[in-house]
Amino acid sequence: MFDDFFTRALIAGIGIAIVTGPLGCLVIWRRLSYFGDTLSHSALLGVTLAYAFSINISLSVFIISGVVALLLLSLQKRTKLAGDSLLGLLAHSSLAIGLVLIGFLSSIRFDLMGLLFGDILAVTFEDILIIWAGGLIILGILFYIWKSIFAATVNYDLAAAEGMKPDVSNVIFTLLLAGVIAISIKMIGALLITGLLLIPAATARSLSNNPTQMVLLSIVTGISSVVIGLFSSLEFNTASGPSIIVAALGLFILSLISFKRSGALQR
Amino acid sequence: MDKNNSLVKLENAGVYRSSKWLVRGISFEINKGQIVTLIGPNGSGKTTTAKMILNILDTDEGMATSNTSKMAYVPQKINIDWTMPLRVIDFMKITNNLNNTQITDSLTMTGVDKLLYNQIHSLSGGEFQRVLIARAIAKKPDLLVLDEPVQGVDFNGEIALYNLIKKISSTLNCGILLISHDMHFVMSTTDHVICLNGHICCSGNPSSVVKNPEYIKLFGEHNSETLSYYQHQHDHSHNNDGSVSN
Repeated sequence: MFDDFFTRALIAGIGIAIVTGPLGCLVIWRRLSYFGDTLSHSALLGVTLAYAFSINISLSVFIISGVVALLLLSLQKRTKLAGDSLLGLLAHSSLAIGLVLIGFLSSIRFDLMGLLFGDILAVTFEDILIIWAGGLIILGILFYIWKSIFAATVNYDLAAAEGMKPDVSNVIFTLLLAGVIAISIKMIGALLITGLLLIPAATARSLSNNPTQMVLLSIVTGISSVVIGLFSSLEFNTASGPSIIVAALGLFILSLISFKRSGALQR
Repeated sequence: MDKNNSLVKLENAGVYRSSKWLVRGISFEINKGQIVTLIGPNGSGKTTTAKMILNILDTDEGMATSNTSKMAYVPQKINIDWTMPLRVIDFMKITNNLNNTQITDSLTMTGVDKLLYNQIHSLSGGEFQRVLIARAIAKKPDLLVLDEPVQGVDFNGEIALYNLIKKISSTLNCGILLISHDMHFVMSTTDHVICLNGHICCSGNPSSVVKNPEYIKLFGEHNSETLSYYQHQHDHSHNNDGSVSN
């Protein structure tokens, strides 16, 4: 059944959505959406390096995004530059370095559109293995540090005072974010990954009244977005990444309507 | 006091931030069953001192040692982002694995057991404060640090909560570090008062502190009379909805 490119894309996409669900909730709760953007922009540099040295794309993206993430964490403590300026600086300079390097590698054929927006045809059996194995590792680690990272998200001081070691889990969480970008870049594309982290979680927010429910709902919404997006991508011959994000947006708008109806906004 | 009773200890501790000392040369310890109170004007380093005790802030000078890991904290300010759906029951469990009996028991103690399934964002300031205290005492800590715990709580609730704090210290035999502006409670209940203004101005038992010239310089003459403060006594008590119970 893996012979069909569409089946491969579906299996890969569902695997990604399961991982982006819980991570996306944390990104929303911790107001890290721009942070996610920075990591995914730097992922392009990772892809270029992967081609230049012929190593695995996901591995190279993970290394570059991970380094950028750790750099950010340490710079945030050291410079007086505001957080968002720092993020912009790193996002755009690593994107620019990636694009400049692509220019130097003129001997290699590049599908730039595919890198930026994802390519449904590019998903191989090996990619599925990377997505599901990587995804399980990410989820396993996330499950292990969940209590600590969740407490730190609610309140850093409480978590620190009561022995939850928030600094350690912060670093691990950041690396997990780099990991999810690494496994999903081929499918969703560097520019749109943050969308798959944010939009299903935002949809889940208006429908849930406790954290566990929000995590589960954002997984379900993510999977639905992938399935709807991929089928319409096949139908209308559009790029897979944007189609998935548009589907996610559609579900978000639907959730807003039902949210308003239920009167939850009238507090 | 017996050495084994010591829970936490600061020795000449200080925190240095943005080219100045927030606090410096702080030394004191908290023992089991003891209520230690920090008083002082705004910006005098009360919260900073509490954070050194709790190991949230590292000391830049001196030492902070703790003989217990069972510490609980009621912070002065806590903002929970609206993007996170969170009920009281979820909030109670953020750092501890508590069963439902433990949760309802401590919520009952602070008088907010009916709010178990309410969203944190829908609580009033006073209700949230009671939930914060309930969360801190639920796991029966060895050391309880309370940073202005009754802010926003109505007058009767304030008295009830202070009585609860007194009760907790005696039943759990835990140490309590309290930051409070309520001079009446401080002077009547505390074992040890530390008057802070970037450094320790004076410290000791309440009756000696109020006579200290350093204290009078900081708080003015009128506050030394707080011991004879008139306390309003109800002959009945109120339920949370305002109805009368006896």
